[in-house]
Amino acid sequence: MFIPQTLTTNDVSYGAVQIIDIIGERYGSITNYISEDDQRWFGGMPFIIGTLMTSILALLISLPFSMAIAIFLGEYFTSGIISDILKTTNELLAGIPSIIYGFWAFTFIGPLVYQLFPFSEGGGSNILTASLVLAIMIIPYSASLAREVINLVPADLKEAAYAMGGTRYEVVRRVIIPYSSSGILAGILLAFGRALGETMAVTLVIGNKNDVPLSIFSSGQTIASLIASKYAEGGTMQIAALTELGLILFVITLVFGLLGRYLIKKLSVR
Amino acid sequence: MSDKKKDKIKETVNSAVRKNILKDRIFEGLVITLSLLSIVPLIFILSYIFAKGFPKLFIPEFWVGIPPSGQSKNVIEAVGMNVGGIANGIIGTFLIVLMGGLIAVPFGVLTGVYLAENRQSKVANAIRVAVDMIQGIPSIIFGIFVNIWWVTTMKGGYSAIAGSVSLALMMLPIVIKSTEETMILIPDSLKEAAVALGTPYYKVLLRIVLPAGLSGIVTGVLVGITRIAGETAPLLFTAFGNPNINLNVTEPMETLPTLIYNNARSASPNLIENAWGASAALVIIVLILNILTKVVVNRWKVKF
Repeated sequence: MFIPQTLTTNDVSYGAVQIIDIIGERYGSITNYISEDDQRWFGGMPFIIGTLMTSILALLISLPFSMAIAIFLGEYFTSGIISDILKTTNELLAGIPSIIYGFWAFTFIGPLVYQLFPFSEGGGSNILTASLVLAIMIIPYSASLAREVINLVPADLKEAAYAMGGTRYEVVRRVIIPYSSSGILAGILLAFGRALGETMAVTLVIGNKNDVPLSIFSSGQTIASLIASKYAEGGTMQIAALTELGLILFVITLVFGLLGRYLIKKLSVR
Repeated sequence: MSDKKKDKIKETVNSAVRKNILKDRIFEGLVITLSLLSIVPLIFILSYIFAKGFPKLFIPEFWVGIPPSGQSKNVIEAVGMNVGGIANGIIGTFLIVLMGGLIAVPFGVLTGVYLAENRQSKVANAIRVAVDMIQGIPSIIFGIFVNIWWVTTMKGGYSAIAGSVSLALMMLPIVIKSTEETMILIPDSLKEAAVALGTPYYKVLLRIVLPAGLSGIVTGVLVGITRIAGETAPLLFTAFGNPNINLNVTEPMETLPTLIYNNARSASPNLIENAWGASAALVIIVLILNILTKVVVNRWKVKF
């Protein structure tokens, strides 16, 4: 699959030769593209895979926690001191700048991962570390939306289920979650979109290795982290390639973002 | 039915009930444990940052010191000199965020008023979709966009203004949404009363509608500023960073987040320590902004 790039940069238009090979036959280090005469190919594959891998893994890690928080705040403890504390911590977690997450993860989670899994690449700077820090960052996003929709579940529905002799677990599983599923899904999609585009925290802990990550313990690179670390010093060609990767990232996040917002809109109509 | 059979039925029912109750208990325990576990990272982050960065905040040199100019950080490190403070970052963050706010607020408020006044029009719907899209765009994309548009094509060069423009773009959807949501709350009777007195439309908007919804707008601006104050990615190739104190907005400028990013990647323990101090300062600034927003929301709500 070839995507012809029509972007023209300031000085020269490369039009015909600027192509990102998504399949990635000739990906690899984009820094030495100029050393080979016919090298006009930039691979997007390692970075797209890296982005999807970190984001999906982060989503999987964060899901149990964010759902637990949503059920905790939406059903078990809707008011009171504990719920206030939990709400405030979630707001604070959402408010901490991403660079601080990155710096903290760089000095804390990275070494921790390396100690637990000594065989992991990059001295702890790898996909797993990036996913862990991303998971912490996106928990508040999916949790807050899910909490709101769980709060909206009509009381008579729940009461009917209790009257049938259902335990709280059964009410949550059979009534609350099915009823609020589209809202929960919307929150997950928005959180996923955020994980896809997160830059600074990932750049510091992913290892910055321009290669397809073979496992969650290998170093890699996401689209955003590649742009952050290479764009400022890039030559014209490199900048054009990075810009196209940015376009790919833009389209991916747009799809998930619009899908999430569409679900929210549908919800608010109901 | 014999007693034996009855007992057997009772037994199975009882065990089923017990199983259900057990499941319920386990689920409740799981929900509570996982929720409380999610507090742990916050405690770790805050305690880590304050333990490492807080002592730095009491050294005056850390606040006002500037690195010796004309020397690269490597040279400074090699001779073991003091790497100076974060004054350049704090001044830069303040200036860039201020300019970003000044760019975003007029556009945002006017767009929000337009959207609230024309709820059903096709243009308004198109704008709403566009605003939704802007909100979902990763911050690094704004950096690329402003770099291509302002820094290279318009020959603006790396400058504080370019950084402000990219931050303003990030702030715009927040201001637009909060303005629109507040304006919708303002009752039509208020506007009708003003119109009935013969007030021209622009005066109705400026003198009646906007003052009535001021607190909502202020909240939106504060939320937007809180969001952009800690942003790094859009500034990397727009404001770029500058080791010296710089007040010229057409020149590259350092901000706290870019200072943390650049120092955190260096090998010098001096610079890394500075990054911890800067992190503590940044967290404190963002927390204060958060609290301020909450106070405004609680004390000064639009009520009709």
